[in-house]
Amino acid sequence: MQLVDKDQVSKSLGGRLFFNKFMKVLFLLCTMVGLVVLVTLIVDTVLDGWDHLTWDFLTSFSSSRPESAGIYGAIIGSIWLMAVTAPVAIILSVGTALYLEEYAPKNKITNFITVNISNLAGVPSVVFGLLGLTIFVRQLSLGNSVMAAGLTLALMIMPVIVVASQEAIRAVPGSVREASTGMGATKWQTVSRIILPAAIPGIITGIILALSRAIGETAPLVVIGVPVSLLVTPNSVFDTFQALPMQIYNWVKMPQEEFQYLTAAGIIILLLILFLMNSVAIFIRNKYSKRF
Amino acid sequence: MSEYNIREMIQNNKNNKSTKFVEKAVPTILFIITSVSILTTIGILYTLLSETFIFFTRVPFIEFITATEWNAFSADPTFGIIALVMGTLKIVLISTIVAVPVGLGAAVYLSEYASDRVRRIIKPILEILAGIPTVVYGTFAITFVTPLIREMFPGVSLYNAISPGVVVGIMIVPMIASLSEDAMSSVPRSTREGSLGLGATRFETVLKVVLPAAASGIIASFVLGISRAIGETMIVSIAAGSTPGADFDLSTSLQTMTGFIVQVTSGDAAFGTDLYYSLYAVGMTLFIFTLVMNLAAQWITRRFKEEY
Repeated sequence: MQLVDKDQVSKSLGGRLFFNKFMKVLFLLCTMVGLVVLVTLIVDTVLDGWDHLTWDFLTSFSSSRPESAGIYGAIIGSIWLMAVTAPVAIILSVGTALYLEEYAPKNKITNFITVNISNLAGVPSVVFGLLGLTIFVRQLSLGNSVMAAGLTLALMIMPVIVVASQEAIRAVPGSVREASTGMGATKWQTVSRIILPAAIPGIITGIILALSRAIGETAPLVVIGVPVSLLVTPNSVFDTFQALPMQIYNWVKMPQEEFQYLTAAGIIILLLILFLMNSVAIFIRNKYSKRF
Repeated sequence: MSEYNIREMIQNNKNNKSTKFVEKAVPTILFIITSVSILTTIGILYTLLSETFIFFTRVPFIEFITATEWNAFSADPTFGIIALVMGTLKIVLISTIVAVPVGLGAAVYLSEYASDRVRRIIKPILEILAGIPTVVYGTFAITFVTPLIREMFPGVSLYNAISPGVVVGIMIVPMIASLSEDAMSSVPRSTREGSLGLGATRFETVLKVVLPAAASGIIASFVLGISRAIGETMIVSIAAGSTPGADFDLSTSLQTMTGFIVQVTSGDAAFGTDLYYSLYAVGMTLFIFTLVMNLAAQWITRRFKEEY
């Protein structure tokens, strides 16, 4: 006796199974769109920019003549910018995350702070630029200096690092904390010697990813008024500077075709820096993250 | 030899003067640091509100929200925000058409069909895509996508809504995909197995069980994606042009709110002119748009969350 009539099954299920396969392929294609765009973008950029990626390009200042224009000032400027953004953002974000996770009482104020941070994360970068222009550039008279731009970017990436740090701190199990308290350690001793060291790989990964966002950020720098043609590098954080993404933006707007190749070469440098930063972040995440 | 017992050691640790001071000081210091995030919000609101207020003493509010022309640079300027909002909406419309199906499709594939191995390869690729600076996307739009579109549709001008719209869409795909995937992954396995066990195919399970259960998270991801598209600046500054207009034409040059802010600030807007204050009125409008979208996303997540 046959319990299942195979013909009957394939007759009633065939169409549905085929549709299922069809949709699976469609979903796979959607997933591939990202990959295709990424490959196209990289190949297109490398083809345009590779020949212009010379030693002279790396060691010359910007210029109105494409054949002698380089990216030296922009790279040094971006490093200066990160040297201000990184420490400010790290102190602000890690401090905030520690307070919210370890010290904050569960009340309306704490709740408000959390909601406020997630809203700050959604504020467009160009609005942060207007904040920087008004408060740092004009009211604090910092001008279009490394300091003004660095503080603006630090405030902009703060929500990202706060959330990443909170997750890392939350992942430290309660038992570790209780063991430390049980041994007679005070609150701060537990936080500084047990919880922070355990959470630091996650925090550093968040910091690097946030900084890699900051280094490619252009809109706030345009609003602050970071110059595009400058023949000196800054000597202090109160000097004006050039930045890598600003340089790229300036070149892409140029009408001469020659500048388009410089744009591509500049993008290769920027993407290489980002790739390097991301690799470090992934390395730290895989190597040092502790499993409890 | 001095006799120490554990109890005394703990007491000594707790009674130590500097320990006591640190224990008192640390929460205060951390609270001060935390308050910077509140100060940032106050700073943004203060900046936008105070300068926008001055703008409205010079340009009537009614003109700002009803006029359909934006000629900020002419000798006799008109400030009709509708022209800029229209530009933003065109970009948002095209980017949503691209990003919603592609992002959701990718999320469904990653969450429901892909093996662990495939997921481990594809997720980092999406992360890389999410980390590419917008100035790079903008360059990609103007040097690659625009020529491609103009070859297919010769009537399209160099600056248009389609190319930056599509590229903004691609930019927000990783965000929609990863947030939607999170929402779908949190639907418990037993629900899926119940559906599969009753004889539904995988796609039917996705359509009738997983998607409805994850709907709040998925819709919130769309709203957040749209909010990103509204605030996106560099792609539209590079590839969309600088001609504000309250029309529905997608093939000609346009200007978004963000594009206007960049255009004014890359030249030097003299402090104290109407043009200078209009910057903040536009910034305020942009801020309100994105804030409403973000609050909506939070509300949707809370209100329609399915508890298991």
